[in-house]
Amino acid sequence: MLPRFWRKIKYRYNLIGTKCENCNTYYYPPRNLCPKCRRKSKIVEVKFSGKGEVLSYSVIHEAPENMKDQKPYIVALIKLEEGPIITAQLVCDSSEVKKGMKVKAVFRKCGEEGSAGVIYYCTKFVPENL
Amino acid sequence: MVGIVSYGTYIPIYRIKTEEIARIWGENGETISKGLGVKQKSIPNLDEDTATIAVEAAREAVYRAKIDPTHIDAIYVGSESHPYAVKPTATIVGEALEVGNYYFAADLEFACKAGTAGIQICYSMVKSDMIRYGVAIGADTSQGAPGDALEYSASAGGAAYIIGKKGVIAEIIKTVSFTSDTPDFWRREGKPYPKHGGRFTGQPAYFRHITSAAEKIMEELDLKPSDFNYAVFHQPNGKFPVRVAKMLGFSKEQISPGLVVPYIGNTYSGSSLIGLAATLDIAKTDELILLVSFGSGAGSDAFVLRVTDEIENFERKPGVWEKIEKGVFVDYGMYVKLRRKIKMGD
Ligand SMILES: [Zn+2]
Repeated sequence: MLPRFWRKIKYRYNLIGTKCENCNTYYYPPRNLCPKCRRKSKIVEVKFSGKGEVLSYSVIHEAPENMKDQKPYIVALIKLEEGPIITAQLVCDSSEVKKGMKVKAVFRKCGEEGSAGVIYYCTKFVPENL
Repeated sequence: MVGIVSYGTYIPIYRIKTEEIARIWGENGETISKGLGVKQKSIPNLDEDTATIAVEAAREAVYRAKIDPTHIDAIYVGSESHPYAVKPTATIVGEALEVGNYYFAADLEFACKAGTAGIQICYSMVKSDMIRYGVAIGADTSQGAPGDALEYSASAGGAAYIIGKKGVIAEIIKTVSFTSDTPDFWRREGKPYPKHGGRFTGQPAYFRHITSAAEKIMEELDLKPSDFNYAVFHQPNGKFPVRVAKMLGFSKEQISPGLVVPYIGNTYSGSSLIGLAATLDIAKTDELILLVSFGSGAGSDAFVLRVTDEIENFERKPGVWEKIEKGVFVDYGMYVKLRRKIKMGD
């Protein structure tokens, strides 16, 4: 778990994806090849603004052990303003979430290996007006 | 000119009222609230800690500075609640800001003044051309033992300052520290809650250090309290900064824009720095600001800042007071869950 997480830190701390400069399409997670342009792909790495809106969501009531203290929590499909759709935790009261809600990315804890283990940080979302 | 190029703040959204804490411990909430000058305090969410607060404050500062993060050559994070006892918070911030790998970094600890100590380090490194920009952060998720007087004020929040030579919004004219070995407040290794010397925390600690540092810096610059537009003193509660301002000859008008503690509590390393941010939020060209932090153990860092015309075009929204007003109140039950004060089964 630890080495796998460590290698991905860059992509967990920031919303980094790719853009095909041939057709101006953004991808998250990052891709090496643009499926539209194939051999004509011109892939560059980009950092997303973190702004987006909720496309759909689930309120999780049956939480795994490490998320029990946060239930009910929300997992949402978020459409970033650059285009890609990502799945992430939305930190917000479950009575307030709705489709089309504007959200922004934040830096949060997403787990830890017990009280003595390493702490994992990642990107989550909150309502934009917070 | 060396000074503040940008700043950012972060205050967690949850709040608890002094009366709600007092209700649990059979105390008179109104008396305590009035006595401490603290109406409510901020509480971090379950997925927030000093590192996440530091990152959010620093990201706001970098965004407002409009600088290339790879030009940040030093990061110092001051806190008494670093998430790890061993493993720096500063490297988490560096990675989250994408500053690259060639940068100076360390975590600092000096009770509530570790953030201003970071500003002093960045200031001297910029001045000596060792670095282009340095980020100094004061952030905490401080805890008071349940039922202890500290529980009413110990809160969470942080502020980040970018120090540099280009695009300075507030010049650091001078900084002075007054330091002594005074055990007014401490936390031993491995202990969850700090201890304090009760009444000992006032006169020989807070008041002596702040007045000594403030008087020294004013004497060296030949300035008097009336020369300043604003003053910000460390805010362990709502009473001490008001009293120390009066002792030194500053008015209520000079300190009120930065007096945030009645509404968010004592954010420890973030305290005087959030107060300064709230003051910078309304400051105008050529205005003079006195900042004096205090950290138990003990020491005070004093700064004289002159606001430059760069501030007129600097992005200052959302302001500190806007963030303060966004609080969501919780009860004591939710508070002990959020602060992990509940003993869980295996
Ligand atoms: Zn393409």
